[in-house]
Amino acid sequence: MIIASNVSKKFGKLKVLDNVSAACNKSQCIALIGPNGSGKTTFIKCLLGMVVPDSGFITFNEKNIIHDWQYRSNIGYMPQIGRYPDNMTIAQVLDMLKDIRKSKDTQTDEDLINEFNLAALMNKRMSTLSGGTRQKVSASLAFLFNPDVLILDEPTAGLDPLSAEILKEKIIAEKKKGKLILITSHVLSDLDDMITEVMYMQDGSLRFHKSFEDLRSDTGEQKLSKAIARVMKNN
Amino acid sequence: MKKIIKYVILDILRNKIVMAYTIFLLIISFSIFNLEDTAGKGLLSLLNIVLIIVPLVSIIFSTIYIYNSAEFIELLVSQPIKRKTLWLSIFIGLAGSMSLAFFIGAGISVLLFEFSATGITMIATGILLSIIFVAIALLASVRTRDKAKGIGIAILLWFYFSVLFDGLVLFILFQFSDYPIEKFMIGVSALNPIDLARVLIILKMDVSVMLGYTGAVFQDFFGSQWGVIIAGLVLSAWAALPLLLSLRKFNRKDL
Repeated sequence: MIIASNVSKKFGKLKVLDNVSAACNKSQCIALIGPNGSGKTTFIKCLLGMVVPDSGFITFNEKNIIHDWQYRSNIGYMPQIGRYPDNMTIAQVLDMLKDIRKSKDTQTDEDLINEFNLAALMNKRMSTLSGGTRQKVSASLAFLFNPDVLILDEPTAGLDPLSAEILKEKIIAEKKKGKLILITSHVLSDLDDMITEVMYMQDGSLRFHKSFEDLRSDTGEQKLSKAIARVMKNN
Repeated sequence: MKKIIKYVILDILRNKIVMAYTIFLLIISFSIFNLEDTAGKGLLSLLNIVLIIVPLVSIIFSTIYIYNSAEFIELLVSQPIKRKTLWLSIFIGLAGSMSLAFFIGAGISVLLFEFSATGITMIATGILLSIIFVAIALLASVRTRDKAKGIGIAILLWFYFSVLFDGLVLFILFQFSDYPIEKFMIGVSALNPIDLARVLIILKMDVSVMLGYTGAVFQDFFGSQWGVIIAGLVLSAWAALPLLLSLRKFNRKDL
């Protein structure tokens, strides 16, 4: 569904992405793992067209994304740090995006809005929200339009355990519907029961991309955190 | 596109500064027309104030607005919207509201006191200047990531166009006064939209004393009719060029 070929990106002299090639397919749930500053977020931003690669290209459903923008209607994106216009309320942000994105044949999915109890906060301005509430808004927006692809950058960071559990259950439910899900997280224990594939990035290059099963048998560990620790030690 | 323009304009209207700018222009224009004994004189005084204030407010407000809506831009860029649409919507929203503020603030009193070809030229150039300086602000803010630096550049640009440029022209004039540089000076005057706007209105007014050097050369070279047309065309280029450059830059910008 998404294919990245030889994507490279430099910020000044710093090489953030170095010849990254990857293929992501339907009904996979991919964990994008790597140390801080390994280029995970930049890679995700490249997929969304927010960062333009210096070389290489990315295709979405066999169409190059560089001259395309409509493909983004198939993507739900939850940023690491959700930044929203300060003087808008939650309701206004939701209405604006619905107004911009909604087409007649898509049903909006308001499960998360209900489960996070955002209705009570609808008239609060974005600048007054706590970090966790902001994350809840970001998550609700990512799932709102029933996209085929979900890109979640650190989804559970900053959420309380109860909300994190709600979000995890939602992710698993969406995975069962056959959607492609791409998650980055440093809380590896969160990922154990949802992922099917693992991508490991370090210093801007993709070190490996294999199925979770293969990783388990290669390292002889059952838990993702242990398996990754073993990979990092061997490097 | 219409939807995004709607949200940009709603956001600007929520901002009190545009309202204050409108009221400020309104008070100034009415008091000037009431102070001067003839409307023609009033128009001339108003012109001098407009040439300073309109570029200043347009460029600084727009620059600050772009930096403050970084979150808005970031949010929308990850949505299915063309970057071009987003950037042009922001431009139209800003240029539209600055022009509207100028029209309500200065335009209405001009129409009331001095409803003539000169008055209408004055309103048109004021609106054109608003649009030009919004476009320049877009270019300044898309090229610099740092907010303080971007606003500093905007202020410097305004300072250059409204103060420094005249000094430079005078300097060149005195240094090369022995040579026939009239045609060259016409070219130079096209480099400053504020100067051009002044020439354009004064050509229309036909007060040759006020023309200044570039204006006199302009009138001499083109005659009033052609002078107005050429000045108008160059002014439009001043709006289009920065906008196109900023659009190109924004299309490839990393957010």
